[in-house]
Amino acid sequence: MNSNPAPDTQASSGSLTLRLFLAFMKIGAFTFGGGWAMISIIEREIVDKNHWIERREFLDLLALAQSLPGILAVNIAVAVGDKLRGGKGSAVAALGTILPSFIIILLIAIFLTPDVIKHNRVVAAIFMGIRPAVVALIIAPVITSAKAAKLTLKTIWIPVIVALMVSINIGFVSSPILYIVLGGVGGWLYFEWSSRRLQQKKGGEL
Amino acid sequence: MIYLKLIWAYIKIGIFGFGGGYAMLSLVEHSVVDPGWITETTFTDIVAISQMTPGPIGINSATYIGFVAPGHVDPTHFAGPLWGILGSILCTLAVVLPSYLLVLYSAHFIRRHSESGVIKGIFSGLRPVVVGLIASAAILLMNNANFNPRGISSDLYTNIAICVAAFLLVYFKLPLPGGKKIKLHPILVIILAGVAGLLIYGH
Repeated sequence: MNSNPAPDTQASSGSLTLRLFLAFMKIGAFTFGGGWAMISIIEREIVDKNHWIERREFLDLLALAQSLPGILAVNIAVAVGDKLRGGKGSAVAALGTILPSFIIILLIAIFLTPDVIKHNRVVAAIFMGIRPAVVALIIAPVITSAKAAKLTLKTIWIPVIVALMVSINIGFVSSPILYIVLGGVGGWLYFEWSSRRLQQKKGGEL
Repeated sequence: MIYLKLIWAYIKIGIFGFGGGYAMLSLVEHSVVDPGWITETTFTDIVAISQMTPGPIGINSATYIGFVAPGHVDPTHFAGPLWGILGSILCTLAVVLPSYLLVLYSAHFIRRHSESGVIKGIFSGLRPVVVGLIASAAILLMNNANFNPRGISSDLYTNIAICVAAFLLVYFKLPLPGGKKIKLHPILVIILAGVAGLLIYGH
């Protein structure tokens, strides 16, 4: 996919690449906790402030970035960067997104080692309080994502089985990858089956 | 060779990490805790640190685990920050690489076929699985390392109380005196839990 830049940006391709890098660095630096919170920041930077793409196109890119595996913010960065500046743009945008958290986490990892967390009284006490709260922070998105997936009585068993099988933790049958593949294949087969049944119904009516 | 194993693990996480941060966590946990590269406790700490620092959880965990794992697995050869930084760079690039290539090469294809029933069917099957994966990440962390590390029953009750309180604060809107309602930011809840831990356990 080669980009087809607007005339006014073509004159200063170097500075557009730099602006792309800086915009995504900002997105990476201000994205806390991940998820939907970051999308409004990305939209503000890309659509409203810099007018790099139209809002409708942004929604298309968002749907695409979500459908693919990997990290949402990075996927969006690659798609937008590729559209504006081709391969160079996608690399620069992806690096910009990664860099802030990479540097911050690296500094934390260097100075806040598991040994420090264990042996420093104050740090150890703080983390003893934090750990149960982290579990709660993961329970909350279970409920919100269940709502977003529009689970019905016909589909509610799927997450229940997946959660049980993955958390009993016995080798291959507990591998999350297994259930992602099964879910994708299952959804595809269900589509084929239901569209065939629809066709048969139509055939019967004629 | 721990570095090759880490790269392979994070490439797999990048390929199969559907559904974003939390859904990815159970996959990360299976890939790095089960082989003994880091402990369950360190894993929970990484989740907490990821919450308090900016950036996608997938990147944060790759950077942190990449730094810690080599020295943890093979302290005679790979101790020291330079080996850790190498691991950080490799893991972070490895987790990004698959989706980078996928977005570049399949953007066109999927955009053209986004109305196709097959694609829609596949994603309708993936969504409930992702819900289950997030749930399993929570279930896997409900253990003694996180709730009762010292084996004292009063600790267990205190920590369950912290967990329940944190859930209520994150999930429900908090009514303010002025009649307004606000939802607490997860970062704030983690900070509050840290303060609670300091007050309860810090003497």
